[in-house]
Amino acid sequence: MDAAYYAPTDLEEALGLLGTREISVVAGGTDWFPARGRTPVSGDVLDVTRLAELRGIDRDGAGWRIGAATTWTQIARADLPPVFGGLRAAAREVGGVQIQNAGTVAGNLCNASPAADGMPPFLTLDAEVELAGPAGRRRLPLADFVTGPRQTARGTQELVVALHIPAQPAHARGAFVKTGARRYLVISIAMTAVTVGLDAEGRIDHARVAVGACAPVARRLPALEAEMLGRRPADVTVTQAHLAPLAPIDDVRADAAYRAEIVPHQISRALTVACDG
Amino acid sequence: MDKPLAIGAVAFDLNGMPVTARPRLGERLSHTLRERLDARDVKVGCDAGDCGACTVLVDGAPVCACLMPTHAAEGREVKTLRGLAVDPLHARLAEAFEAHGAAQCGICTPGMMVSALALLSETPAPSEPEVMDALGGVLCRCTGYRKIVAAVVATGAKTAARADEPAGPGHVGTAMRRVDGAGKTAGTERFGDDVAPPDALVLRVLRSPHARAAFAFGDLDAWTRSTPGIVCVLTAADIPGENRFGVIPAFADQPVFAEGEARFRGEAVACIVGEPEAVAALDEATIPIDWSPRPAAETPDLARAPGAPQLHADRADNLMCTGFVACGDAEAALARADAVVEGRFTTSFVEHAYIEPEAGYAEMQGERIAVHACTQAPMMDREALAAILGRPETDIRIVPTGVGGGFGSKLDLSVQPYLALAALKTGRPVRLAYSRAESMQSTTKRHPADMRVRIGATSDGRLLGMRFDGDFDTGAYASWGPTVATRVPVHASGPYRIADYRAEARGIHTHNPPAGAFRGFGVPQAAVAQESLFDMLADRLGLDRLEFRIRNALTDGQPTVCGQIFAQGVGIRACLEALRPAWTEERARQRPHGARLRGVGVAAGWYGCGNTSLPNPSTFKAGLTPDGRIVLHQGAMDIGQGASTVMAQIFATALGVEVADVTLIGADTDLTPDGGKTSASRQTFVSGNAARLAGESLRAAILARANAGEGAVIRRDAGALAITDGARTHRLDLTAMPADPEGYVLRAEETYDPPTKPLDANGQGAPYAQFGYAAHLAVVEIDAAMGTVHPLRFVAAHDVGRAVNPLLIEGQVEGGIAQGLGMALMEEYLPGRTENLHDYLIPTIGDMPPVETIIVECTDAHGPYGAKGLGEHVLIPTAPALLNAIADATGARMTRLPVTPARLRAALLEAKP
Repeated sequence: MDAAYYAPTDLEEALGLLGTREISVVAGGTDWFPARGRTPVSGDVLDVTRLAELRGIDRDGAGWRIGAATTWTQIARADLPPVFGGLRAAAREVGGVQIQNAGTVAGNLCNASPAADGMPPFLTLDAEVELAGPAGRRRLPLADFVTGPRQTARGTQELVVALHIPAQPAHARGAFVKTGARRYLVISIAMTAVTVGLDAEGRIDHARVAVGACAPVARRLPALEAEMLGRRPADVTVTQAHLAPLAPIDDVRADAAYRAEIVPHQISRALTVACDG
Repeated sequence: MDKPLAIGAVAFDLNGMPVTARPRLGERLSHTLRERLDARDVKVGCDAGDCGACTVLVDGAPVCACLMPTHAAEGREVKTLRGLAVDPLHARLAEAFEAHGAAQCGICTPGMMVSALALLSETPAPSEPEVMDALGGVLCRCTGYRKIVAAVVATGAKTAARADEPAGPGHVGTAMRRVDGAGKTAGTERFGDDVAPPDALVLRVLRSPHARAAFAFGDLDAWTRSTPGIVCVLTAADIPGENRFGVIPAFADQPVFAEGEARFRGEAVACIVGEPEAVAALDEATIPIDWSPRPAAETPDLARAPGAPQLHADRADNLMCTGFVACGDAEAALARADAVVEGRFTTSFVEHAYIEPEAGYAEMQGERIAVHACTQAPMMDREALAAILGRPETDIRIVPTGVGGGFGSKLDLSVQPYLALAALKTGRPVRLAYSRAESMQSTTKRHPADMRVRIGATSDGRLLGMRFDGDFDTGAYASWGPTVATRVPVHASGPYRIADYRAEARGIHTHNPPAGAFRGFGVPQAAVAQESLFDMLADRLGLDRLEFRIRNALTDGQPTVCGQIFAQGVGIRACLEALRPAWTEERARQRPHGARLRGVGVAAGWYGCGNTSLPNPSTFKAGLTPDGRIVLHQGAMDIGQGASTVMAQIFATALGVEVADVTLIGADTDLTPDGGKTSASRQTFVSGNAARLAGESLRAAILARANAGEGAVIRRDAGALAITDGARTHRLDLTAMPADPEGYVLRAEETYDPPTKPLDANGQGAPYAQFGYAAHLAVVEIDAAMGTVHPLRFVAAHDVGRAVNPLLIEGQVEGGIAQGLGMALMEEYLPGRTENLHDYLIPTIGDMPPVETIIVECTDAHGPYGAKGLGEHVLIPTAPALLNAIADATGARMTRLPVTPARLRAALLEAKP
């Protein structure tokens, strides 16, 4: 039988297709096509962009549910509180407008590039990945979902259906800083996202810091986050020990030493943006 | 839609009409639109979402059509530029694009305009930053973006037309819009991949995946027979003539198909010809080729090391050739100098990165072969194909398509021999468009340079001596490498008086892609070294960096390092002096402290227009038809720079008619005489002279018929010419005159060849009939913590002799500066690693600051109406001006290009006490 293109609107139908055949899951296509080049498609194609359940940004109790096929433009334009500031800034840095209109949040995470722009801000929002599969639903913390470059915990019969953002401190704000060699359409050399809250005395009472393109997978910096609590933003000093979760490498964009060296600056800038607006 | 979408049919709305297509599974929407629905206004530049040329609106939102499966368009509304053209907003935007010169080659124009229309419909009067955000996903390699931003902002401000746009005949000096702009803004101009007939076979080139490898084919015939839809496989064995080409006959060394061993990653070894669906479905891994990688010499150092593999038997030690210029005694002058500075500077492979990958088609026209492809040099293509095909040149017709950017690389053959061989073999039309990756892998690059330079001066700032030694990685084949080796020593002094000078440039073969012509032929690299050292020298002597240059600038009557003396037309001093106000202002500016640093730099450049000491003629033909059309056969390839407009302006000026009265034909080797190659900044100068002579000659013929004097006025008047001489008007009835076989009642054909003299063993002689001169000022802001460089402002002074078209000049300057900026800050081609437009970075719309162009006119005795060439000059001072600005801001002298954030940051750390 000839291979076919499936664009179901019903999730169960989509799940029924997975695992029964060789099938490529495609959403915005912004990573799928470049990775294939001229290689012809083998097997079926499952287009998940018409699955109603994968769309929309909604309140979910005290938190938020972001459909897996939500585009970056939808994130950038959504009515979200300031703690999403980093995510929205990242949304405007994913390629150009054309990519932002097509590329999806789950696609960015499932592609599992070490330089995925979505990873650091979602990590700072404690995002969980909701998967649906033959055994039902499960949720994984984002850090457990992306397991390595181009590797995720998604089973071949599973689909990412949504990201869940738990309740965030109402006063927290987010920011995102990306460094590259040109203004637009640039793959990050390194990037940092933060969410931070200040108490009435101006001391940090909520801190999340995540860094991308400096390890096989973007990483939170828990030691730094712990140390930030109770300090004023101006008194935060990033040490090499704080960066222990990172393992930057040399590539065509920069060397490892540069990455390690600019991350503290990115953190301090992201803090400034988050705190000063 | 819970059923599988039937493979056979996808229905959507295209430009307001319901359409149905039957794409392959996983077919890109861009492909379906272009190939199945005839929407060739959608351009394909990368197939990876990196360039935005294929931008279309899907349900009103701009997306890259190359990244959307056609099946995903089911039920959606798709709009391309053509469909948006019914919107009055499009008319206003198109008007603004034309009036501002926002379209040069035109290949990015559909993507730019579709993106801009989406913005304008949502934000009717966008600001500059809003325009940049909206257009940031579309790359342009020609314009430097500023005129695109201006055109979109003007459209929103409802001032689409330029207030200062001139009316009138469009003669020399007029900043008129380009004559071929309408097709670019409508998306109807036809580029290399837009012209093939629907029944054309498709060709795929097979390339070496290794820098160096032996290879052997298995049973290709059996593979062909067993693969449905494949018509043939061609290899070196199928070449009727010579399996060899090269733009410089004495150095022709490149095979169409490698034989036995491939010498660079991406070298062609065979090609597959088949039905479109078969080639699209091709799994290249099934083709029987055995590769045996061999040790490769991938740097000049490795290539020059003892025991290195030799690329060409007749070129010992992988030395392709050497260029040499010496006058006086450089070492003695350096020994007696009060101050000597020296440095080693290295640059990288730079990719032309035009947005149009090489493409075309070939077909048999009777016994003749016609090749339709993008090219900068149709006559050279014809000559080279004749040798490869073993046929006379008269059997071959080259019909250039629109050229979506060239910058030097489309001077060499690319798709042409494969297409011609396949058309000859199959008897059917055959088409080929390079993928972005194969365009980057296989076509020429700017030479990486490794330069050691010493320069000395007296304590009062007079240049004494200079020594230049440069190794240029010319890759596996010669291409234009010999030209680079020749040009560099002639130009490495910069436009300055240096009496004692010695310069040597060596072209070294490596197992890299061939380095060839790229805007400036090695001169931009040399200028990086020389202009950087000039700043170091001025600083050493405690002199103002600009005044130091002015003091040493060449003047009329002074010999160049080749001993050539120009009695007139040396405009460098005027260019440098034109920068004084901006320089003074920027030097006086308060320097910020902390992480944001600011600096200003200047640099100069010169460039000899035309071939170096070689014949270099252009021929132009013109005629009058009985119905009163004035036809100019325009063979000077317009690759976006505006040659068609400039030739029409010069010709119309000489003939004494309006540009609007002139009908252009060509380029086409069957129809246009040899206008020479679009290279070496020679078209305005050399072809411009031929166009001028043709205009003058036709005018003389007309006036003689009318018995009118020199000052008579010629007007077109339906089937006649009205020639007014004083009070008398003579009506020349063209319909009554006998027409020649070409249909002309009067005609003229004229040739111009610039006067040069050969260079002797020391490079002494008269290499060029004219030089053009340039000086740039760059202002940068440096983010010291990140090592990022943000250009804030350019001031560019160019001596163009006489400005034929100031609008086109600004376009050249801004586009050249963007390329110089890219070379300085981000561009580095690494075979196997940056073979796409997301790892290989060129400037985006957000990287280009405002450019103030100062046009200097020191007329040249040889130039048409005094005009000089410009195309390459615009890039030469940019990179060193940026390096000097970086040093001014930070104290760090960067000697390796590109200055990536990591490299600058490392230098700043090292510079810290």
